[in-house]
Amino acid sequence: MSYYFVIVGTEDNPLFEYEFGTSKAGGDGQARFPEQARHMNQFIVHSSLDIVEEVQWGTGQMYLKCVDRFYNNYVSCFLTGGNVKFMLLHQPPSSSVSSTANNPRSSTSTIATNPTSPQTEEAVRAFMLEVYESWVKTIMSPFYRVNMEVRSPILRQRVAAAGRKYL
Amino acid sequence: MSNPQAPRDSAKEQPGLRYPTNGKTIYHRPLNRAKAAELSGASFAYLFSEMVSYASKKIESIQDLEKRLNVQGHPIGLKLLDLLLYREPARSQTRPLTIITLLHFIKINVWQHLFGQAADGLEKSSDASKPDEYMIIDNEPLVNRYISVPRDMSQLNCAAYVAGIIEGVCDGSAFPARVTAHSVGKQEEGEMWPGRTVFLVKFAPEVMERESFLGKG
Repeated sequence: MSYYFVIVGTEDNPLFEYEFGTSKAGGDGQARFPEQARHMNQFIVHSSLDIVEEVQWGTGQMYLKCVDRFYNNYVSCFLTGGNVKFMLLHQPPSSSVSSTANNPRSSTSTIATNPTSPQTEEAVRAFMLEVYESWVKTIMSPFYRVNMEVRSPILRQRVAAAGRKYL
Repeated sequence: MSNPQAPRDSAKEQPGLRYPTNGKTIYHRPLNRAKAAELSGASFAYLFSEMVSYASKKIESIQDLEKRLNVQGHPIGLKLLDLLLYREPARSQTRPLTIITLLHFIKINVWQHLFGQAADGLEKSSDASKPDEYMIIDNEPLVNRYISVPRDMSQLNCAAYVAGIIEGVCDGSAFPARVTAHSVGKQEEGEMWPGRTVFLVKFAPEVMERESFLGKG
């Protein structure tokens, strides 16, 4: 499974980006997006923002679960109180495309193979909550103003650690 | 944007102001704090008086001064919103969806955090032509405790700073609003509380539109 994580500000501007792969089931933590489709990730996530803005008024929960799907790409969203969106695009390895796409129920329910299983949703929730903690710390900095790009290497480390831990 | 994972390993070795020598950054500090942790009122009063005198330099009108105080408070509201939501227990950790839940959050959580007590009142404008106006009432704003307003600036209410904080919370949670502070201590019901202040929250038209739409669905 490959992941693309981005924090999107209130004006649909990216504030932070990070690409990583699964560390579960013997994964090495490297993203394996096909080279010719890697640049599409940003477009896919951007197109999901519209759906997020519809879903966000239906529930007060911060974690909106999997909001959108584009072929083999699944987009999960977590919305902070300040309307900053954490978007996580996950893409299962292409070898298992046919089995997950056709019958998600019967396929094995490990995180790596089934992006819509409850286990995956829980793992993503735990990941998002950990990032949220770091995010609140980021915005508590008196020098941080709304919609500023985040360049802190520490936040990057924290996000990477959360990714290793849960995904 | 093109290269999101540029190597940043060299950051640790650079000495200087950018990286603290003990390696502790804002990310190493806890977000939760003990219940009784209060700050000194005297030092706040001193800081706030400096803020007001800073804001009152080269101003043309009282509105100018209030506007500047409002701008100083605004980012605090944005930050408080997420901090206080983060501190909520997981079950009630929800974003405010309606005007009422948002104002309730401000009246209880924000006030409790800033001033150690809930606000004294929350009212909807009784004027039927202004359904977009709400009032948060504080009988004795903490920020005004040591402020005496000169007679020639009698319209001034330094709680404009708190109004800015409220505005920040509203704007942050996607309820754009204008918030202003008004002294009502001299009116009939204010006799007991000479410092009584009303924070008038006027929501933007799109908020009202969405509110009526959500109410139906």
